[in-house]
Amino acid sequence: MGTRPLNTAAPSNAALRKTAGAIGGFIIVTLLTFVGLMAITFFIGRVIPIDPVLSVVGDRATQEQYDAVRIAMGLDRPLIAQFITYVGDVFQGDLGHSVSTNRPVAEDLARVFPATLEMATLGIIIGVGMGVPLGVWAAARQGTWVDQLIRVFALLGYSVPAFWLGLVGLVVFYAGLGWVGGPGRVDIFYEGLVEPRTGLLLVDSLIARDFDVFWSALDHLILPATILGFFSLAYIARMTRSFMLDQLGQEYITTARVKGVAEWRVIWTHGFRPIRVPLITVIGLSYAALLEGSVMIETVFSWPGIGNYLTVALLNADMNAVLGATLVIGSVFILINKLSDVLYRILDPRSR
Amino acid sequence: MTTMTNWLLDDSPSSRLQASLGHSYRVTRMLMRNPLAVVGALILLVLILAAIFAPWIAPHSPLGQNLGQRLLPPSAAHWMGTDELGRDIFSRVIYGARITLLIVAMVAVISAPLGLLIGAISGYFGGWVDKAMMGVTDVFLSMPKLILALAFVAALGPGIENAIIAIAITSWPAYARIARAETLTFRNSEFISAMRLLGASHTRIITGHVLPLCTSSMIVRVTLDMAGIILTAAGLGFLGLGAQPPLPEWGAMISRGRAFILDQWWVATMPGFAIIIVSLGFCFLGDGLRDVLDPKQGGKS
Repeated sequence: MGTRPLNTAAPSNAALRKTAGAIGGFIIVTLLTFVGLMAITFFIGRVIPIDPVLSVVGDRATQEQYDAVRIAMGLDRPLIAQFITYVGDVFQGDLGHSVSTNRPVAEDLARVFPATLEMATLGIIIGVGMGVPLGVWAAARQGTWVDQLIRVFALLGYSVPAFWLGLVGLVVFYAGLGWVGGPGRVDIFYEGLVEPRTGLLLVDSLIARDFDVFWSALDHLILPATILGFFSLAYIARMTRSFMLDQLGQEYITTARVKGVAEWRVIWTHGFRPIRVPLITVIGLSYAALLEGSVMIETVFSWPGIGNYLTVALLNADMNAVLGATLVIGSVFILINKLSDVLYRILDPRSR
Repeated sequence: MTTMTNWLLDDSPSSRLQASLGHSYRVTRMLMRNPLAVVGALILLVLILAAIFAPWIAPHSPLGQNLGQRLLPPSAAHWMGTDELGRDIFSRVIYGARITLLIVAMVAVISAPLGLLIGAISGYFGGWVDKAMMGVTDVFLSMPKLILALAFVAALGPGIENAIIAIAITSWPAYARIARAETLTFRNSEFISAMRLLGASHTRIITGHVLPLCTSSMIVRVTLDMAGIILTAAGLGFLGLGAQPPLPEWGAMISRGRAFILDQWWVATMPGFAIIIVSLGFCFLGDGLRDVLDPKQGGKS
């Protein structure tokens, strides 16, 4: 006690180099994964459909029209050249034109993405706020009925279809009890009142100091976000429990208990502190998964986010929009994944 | 009975059959001590029985319409009520077990061996083979599964076969990772070297010695993944991309019931309970199997 390890005062050169190496490796791996993602969307868009030209010109086009479109689409060139053009387009933010909205897909996605972000963010806050304490509680009471109950509750998160829970939630809390707002982002008469600055309605309404809109938006957001949060809660609680059990089995915990440290301190100070770093990865992964899970929830709640955009595009066979949305959700997913990975490596003292 | 048990638990089994039966017996006995796992196994048993004996269990035809009896609430005649075409929901849920079982089985049959083979080859050979194969696997692994499945179905067209293909394409990478990790732990061990010295070919070592050792962790993982596969399939059905009407697929049934949810709640809710119970069954069983077959991982992840 008393003397602190030297390397916490100033990071050594070696540590810095390690961090730089980790970041460099992170960038390369992430870029490669993005190219892989683009290869998949390219494959889905250009190779699987029987004839992409036919879907543009329709089946009544003449041979000349057909050939002209085929050349205009670049389909006469070798696949690899087509792929390189595709990657170039994507990096310039060109995701093609949506047939159903008649606008560039990239523009559409930028407009709908904040709604999804808002829901997923509130969802992860709810998931972490409830999942971590539940996981710690289950670990502290390992083997008791509390532990079993939390286990079943968490497994329910793996077994309940999100769209079904959304429907039941609407019936019970909106139609039945009237506690929350219904489908949509805000009550109809508040729509378009607030100038969209960030696209996040809660933030925008606070900036505009329009609290009626704020409460209405929160009213509509709370149910889908809670349901979404429930799914991350399941994973977070399970992981917290297993990390905690690992820690609580260590000898220093026994030492602390023998010394007579209060049980809540043993759990929260000695047990919980070391698991904060691995938990960051878990939370990052759950956040990314929520962006994906929002597809189903948004459909049920008519939430004007990227998931709803994707499902509407799917039903209209609007392939550019489908692939654009897939690419954006996939990229955010990969980015959060890799970021939490690199964050873990930087924060965990053992991997320095 | 005791001689049978003794034969099963013999420490030095005299045949392969005896050894593997003995192993299964021990696993089953340990599973029986976990109440949740027993519940899971029972749910699965009921699912399989319902799928096989659907025509005898279901009181009505799953497709027979009766417009005079549409949207009836649950009663003694219709345990789960009737839908908008007067079809008995209970009968449709029972027949739906066939579709769910088909999807789950097909996905497992396609993706588990694929992942197993890729992972085992990758881990066994190492070097650039490993780097290339795991690179591709990691790309697939870091992709959101549901979105990818949606995109594949969008390109392939809706339908139950395409839903199975799309889900299988998105679920093999996790199995490849596990098989590779498992293979790495014993690729340099003596029994593999001994086989090589005896002149066994790579194919023979992989199929005869590497793959069997990966199966137990694979079984655990596949069982745990089943719930996710059922949910994805139901989600595709809900969006109208999976099984097409009039097939009694649970997700599609919920989607139809959505229009009546406020007045006739049972149409959408009943199939949902079926999905939850079956998924929970797989989760319970997978959890129990992991504790037994994979003690190092017990309680983790």
